[in-house]
Amino acid sequence: MQNLNGIRALVAVTLGMALSATPAAAKKLNVVTSTSDLAALTMEVGGDRINVDSIAKGYQDPHFVEAKPSFLLKLKQADVLLVVGLELEIGWLPPLITQSGNPKVQVGGQGYLDASQFAEILEIPSGPVSRAMGDVHPLGNPHYWLDPANGRRIARGVANKLGELDPNDAPYFQDRFKDFDRRLSDAEKKWDAEMSPYRGRKVVTYHNSATNFAKHFGLNVMGYVEPRPGIPPTPGHTIELMGLMKRDKIKVILVEPYFDLKTPDSIARETGSKVIVFLPSVGGEKEVTDYFKLFDYDIALLMKAFQETN
Amino acid sequence: MKHFIFAVVLATLISTTMWGQQSTAPAADTAALEQKFRDMEDRIIALEGQVRALKATAAQAQPAPVTSPETATEPSPLVSGTAPAETSATSSSSAFARPINLGGASNAGKALNPDISVIGDFIGVAGHNSISPSPALEMHESEIGLQAIIDPYARGDFFLSFGEKGVNVEEGFITFTALPAGFTARVGKMRSAFGKVNMMHNHVLPFVDRPLVSNSLTGGEDGIDDAGFSLEHILPAPKGIFFDVTAQLFRGDSGGGDQLVFQSHRKSDVSTVEHLRAYKDLTESTNLDIGLSYARGHNELGSAFLTQLYGVDATVHWKPLRRAIYHSFVGRGEFIWSQRQQLPVEQRAFGFYTSGEYQLGRRWFVGGRYDLSDRSRFANQTDKGGSAILTYWPSEFSQIRTQYRYTKYAENIGAHEVLFQVLFSLGAHGAHPF
Repeated sequence: MQNLNGIRALVAVTLGMALSATPAAAKKLNVVTSTSDLAALTMEVGGDRINVDSIAKGYQDPHFVEAKPSFLLKLKQADVLLVVGLELEIGWLPPLITQSGNPKVQVGGQGYLDASQFAEILEIPSGPVSRAMGDVHPLGNPHYWLDPANGRRIARGVANKLGELDPNDAPYFQDRFKDFDRRLSDAEKKWDAEMSPYRGRKVVTYHNSATNFAKHFGLNVMGYVEPRPGIPPTPGHTIELMGLMKRDKIKVILVEPYFDLKTPDSIARETGSKVIVFLPSVGGEKEVTDYFKLFDYDIALLMKAFQETN
Repeated sequence: MKHFIFAVVLATLISTTMWGQQSTAPAADTAALEQKFRDMEDRIIALEGQVRALKATAAQAQPAPVTSPETATEPSPLVSGTAPAETSATSSSSAFARPINLGGASNAGKALNPDISVIGDFIGVAGHNSISPSPALEMHESEIGLQAIIDPYARGDFFLSFGEKGVNVEEGFITFTALPAGFTARVGKMRSAFGKVNMMHNHVLPFVDRPLVSNSLTGGEDGIDDAGFSLEHILPAPKGIFFDVTAQLFRGDSGGGDQLVFQSHRKSDVSTVEHLRAYKDLTESTNLDIGLSYARGHNELGSAFLTQLYGVDATVHWKPLRRAIYHSFVGRGEFIWSQRQQLPVEQRAFGFYTSGEYQLGRRWFVGGRYDLSDRSRFANQTDKGGSAILTYWPSEFSQIRTQYRYTKYAENIGAHEVLFQVLFSLGAHGAHPF
């Protein structure tokens, strides 16, 4: 009998060890993020105490990433999976998570972190949602990282999460967050000052991915090249948009790097406006290697466009 | 629930402003006020985020109370040191979850419902085919998908297909995602991992129909689809190579009628399927996917008669990341050998298809396929064919296709056919594996 109990205890202990999957203390945390922006923010707070890898590239449409098996190799090793959420990744991430065989990064697992819980979310539909509205996100606009205030909030959330999983390095992550916060506040002052002459300017974007950016810097997004989110441009809508742009004297069209420039270019020719390929994500161009450079790049581009079309 | 959260937000607001008035009234420092305002904004946003997280994970919040006392009693030193708004979502969700007990069906209860989707598959066929006739117009299949995360350890997927004749549980399985040592297990009825086409539901096929080799050797539309277990494991491999093995054990009944593959006559007549897959990214836009498959089971002639299937598949994908929504190419070939014990002699049949699809623009795809297959029961009879297809996507939720198909049957009969298909998807259909 006692022997049996002993075996039971042994089995319980072995099972417990196998199932608890605690991260080794000395090991660096492996963080996998769905997008490059989240990777950049994680890098800011994680420094050299973690490894960060992003699934989507900065010049890729984050709605349409292929669920390649090579990503499974990353997910398999991950201690933390940081996602944008709000169903941005719904088309490709769920099968990757399921197939990864990694309990930590399953939805609800200790390593699964949805960054949208930290951020201010805009355009949350209040009425009924239907696909007649296009590829609408029922939980709100998922392109929320393009507001420095949200960047700060996400970084804080990530720093807390990293500290939770690696308590030894928690003070380090908090220090790095404080440093990031300071640098971001300084940069924000600079960006706000640069953009202040252009507050209230009207622009058109291809997809509704600049909403949070526009809110922060006081731009008015008056229309979209897409007739509905995710629906390619149609002639009828394009004519309507050109009418609106002429009437409201809208001179700048922002296009994400993963969209075809044919329709925006023809709209620009017709209305005398300017097309700029603005970057919604870190890594959209080679030189845009971190969260600060993303805003530097986009703001320089916008200032130039506003000056030229004045 | 809404009222309660509103009350909490209000209380936070009031307490913050009251506290703010007391301490800043004498100082009247605008910078400090501004900072306080920002903090308050942050706290509201954090609260909003928790509400969203709550709504989204209401399903998982249910079993939480068992563990919540533990998490609540050991607050991380980090969290308690900073502002209360930064409390982690786990401890706050348990605080929120308890007092909400409205009775009856609440809106939050809907969060527990699985994702429901319906996919309609309408097919029209013109042309004459005396060997394998198809109806002129047909609501070929209505597939209902019900998918949800079951608990922190598993997810469940059901695909019920309503044909014109009846209902079939095409797949219905639980996937255990939290097993130790990187194993993923499935239990239920599922499409087996034999090659590529066998895994695909009708609506994700690149063509209206399935290739000849599927129809002749691996059970056609139903395919090798059976009740049993599946175990998958990612194997260690040189860096950059994905190497994965799947082993499956089934009851031993797959396909039906002329397309019967396996039949179980007694309990021990189980069938097995093994699949080995190697995948490599050649560049960031191109990748190569190679698979080896083996299946073994008993056929309709009796327990003593085995059918064994061997398969090789290779796929090349190309998709430039910057223009991923406009251009892509998929080239694929699948080669299958069938070894079927029957009287008077064992039949060894071979069949394959090669296909290519190119995406011309955001909404247009063209494709072609070459088919050749022996028949499993009469290996000396070989059917050949070719197809060309044009697909139009009004949006990612519907597709309209026209396929021209020529088939030269072993009886020396040729069939020219035009197939027309409309596919449409309602609701949240989970993404299919790559």
